[in-house]
Amino acid sequence: MTALISCEDLWKIYRLGDVEVQALRGVDLLIEEGEFVAIMGASGSGKSTLMNILGCLDRPTKGCYRLQGVDVGGLRADQLAEIRNRRIGFVFQNFNLIPRTSALENVQLPLFYRGLPLRQQRALAAEALARVGLQGRENHYPSQLSGGQQQRVAIARALVASPSLLLADEPTGNLDTQSSLEIMAILDGLNKKQGITIVLVTHETDIAAYAEREVVMKDGRILTDRKTPSGASALSVEA
Amino acid sequence: MPTFLLLTVLTAVRILGRNRLRTGLTMLGIVIGVGAVIAMVSIGEGAKAAVAERVASIGTNVILILPGAVATGGVRGGQGGAVTLTTADAAELKKRVPLLRETGWARRDVMQIVHGNKNWNGTVNGISPSYLTIRGWSFTGGGPFTQQDLDAAARVAVLGQTAVDNLFEPGEEPIGSIIRINHVPFRVIGTLALKGQSAQGMDQDDVIFIPFSTAERKVFGTRFLGSVGALFASTERPEDLVPAVAQIREVLRQRHRLQPDQDDDFFIRTQVDIGKVHEDTSETLTIMLFSIASVSLLVGGIGIMNILLVSVTERTKEIGVRMAVGATRRHILIQFLVEAMTLSVLGGCLGILVGILGARATTVVAGWPTIISPETVIAAFVFSVAVGLFFGLYPANKAAWMNPIDALRFE
Repeated sequence: MTALISCEDLWKIYRLGDVEVQALRGVDLLIEEGEFVAIMGASGSGKSTLMNILGCLDRPTKGCYRLQGVDVGGLRADQLAEIRNRRIGFVFQNFNLIPRTSALENVQLPLFYRGLPLRQQRALAAEALARVGLQGRENHYPSQLSGGQQQRVAIARALVASPSLLLADEPTGNLDTQSSLEIMAILDGLNKKQGITIVLVTHETDIAAYAEREVVMKDGRILTDRKTPSGASALSVEA
Repeated sequence: MPTFLLLTVLTAVRILGRNRLRTGLTMLGIVIGVGAVIAMVSIGEGAKAAVAERVASIGTNVILILPGAVATGGVRGGQGGAVTLTTADAAELKKRVPLLRETGWARRDVMQIVHGNKNWNGTVNGISPSYLTIRGWSFTGGGPFTQQDLDAAARVAVLGQTAVDNLFEPGEEPIGSIIRINHVPFRVIGTLALKGQSAQGMDQDDVIFIPFSTAERKVFGTRFLGSVGALFASTERPEDLVPAVAQIREVLRQRHRLQPDQDDDFFIRTQVDIGKVHEDTSETLTIMLFSIASVSLLVGGIGIMNILLVSVTERTKEIGVRMAVGATRRHILIQFLVEAMTLSVLGGCLGILVGILGARATTVVAGWPTIISPETVIAAFVFSVAVGLFFGLYPANKAAWMNPIDALRFE
């Protein structure tokens, strides 16, 4: 069985004027189907860059990234868009919902670009909202929802396309502790119960503790990569 | 794709509806532009039609020959200043130019005309009987005078509508009554149908026609027997006009014994020339109005582009999100193009309405004739769609070619 994610010697080099920034310096990473991986590291360690490449939002300067065995580096922009649409779900730190657009329509978005009939878009989106506990909030605008609720809408949007990979970039970074716990509980449930592969970027150790595997990055390289004792849900609330 | 397009249009309408003031102001340019095009073109077309009608009122396939300018010691008189054309010229032309169907002549003077206790200062034309046929006059009552009347210098007159209105009480029958032209009594034997204004804006109905011989001997007097103000001729077919003009020139030059190095002592005008002047004028007018309207459409288009560029920048993050969840460049491109075209089409439709109302108002208020042709409306609509497409392309492209990462990170 091929790994879901397979990175070999990934490099990402930015040019800012005359300065060359090496955001990634030879990253090798293998993630199997069904894993829950936390990527940690200080800011500037390259974890967000890696996340963007894994999410097919960005391309590596050098190296090979295979998603479900497909070398993503050789694909055109519209093929990458299709991969993002069908195989990857994103959850962002600042939710990134489209303003003044109802929760339901936000969740419909991936299906809209997939070209499904409207009725089907609506049904699937409502179902996804129900899975994150937001039934009855379909017609609320993001501005009428709390941070935690907005993030749940974002998770529903990531889920609705039934992706094989869910990428969460500091999903609790803008949330209070209570909401953070709720969100992590949802993500944990998705991984445990539905077997969705989750890659989570965070710098909070207690959030990272939910994952089964912890990858620590520093200066564009992977510093440590280890299994963590599972059952992080035992973590106390006072953190 | 149909679902996608439909939803994109609905989304565009909703987004534009959210910001009504901005949308309205953006559309205003297109509304004014299209409205101006419709109103201007309909006024132009109306004027053109009116001119065409007036040119046709001259008669069909008419050739007009005017006496030339006279030059005395270097001082040149105006066109028609010389008395170089005579009835004998007309007779000769009739004989030697077979392309001519009719030849006629006229001489005019402004005279005081009296009937009962009314009097009127009108244009009296001494004419050959054929003149009325050439110029296409028709009768509402009575009939024309004949060759016998001309030979006998009969005192009979045919009146235009303006002359009738000013010399007779409403309801009074002019036929058979006696009018005095320069103290000479004339019997009215015919009244003419209304012709309206000439292409130059002169009242063509302010006329009284009397036999040429009568005019020459009893009313106007003459310096030179048989000299006329103008000769008229007509041809059977419009394509005969040009060769006929050449032949007339030949004959007249011979008769007037002009040397090859001498200029013509007459002017020849055809209806085509006369019509052309007006056509050129209205063409110029139309082109001018059209360019003004085009400029305002252009300005409207630039307004759309401007607002869309602002909108694209404002919604950079949204574009990033859309790309992250799987929108292709084409999806984004279409989304913004649809917004641009929704703006321009909506503006275009409003503009068409404004233009039609404007044209109507012009007709009612200023009394100018206007014609709104379906072609104009369709062209204006297509044009506004094209403006939306053209001016939307740049902002939409800008949105579509954003890097998803940069768009997502945009603050």
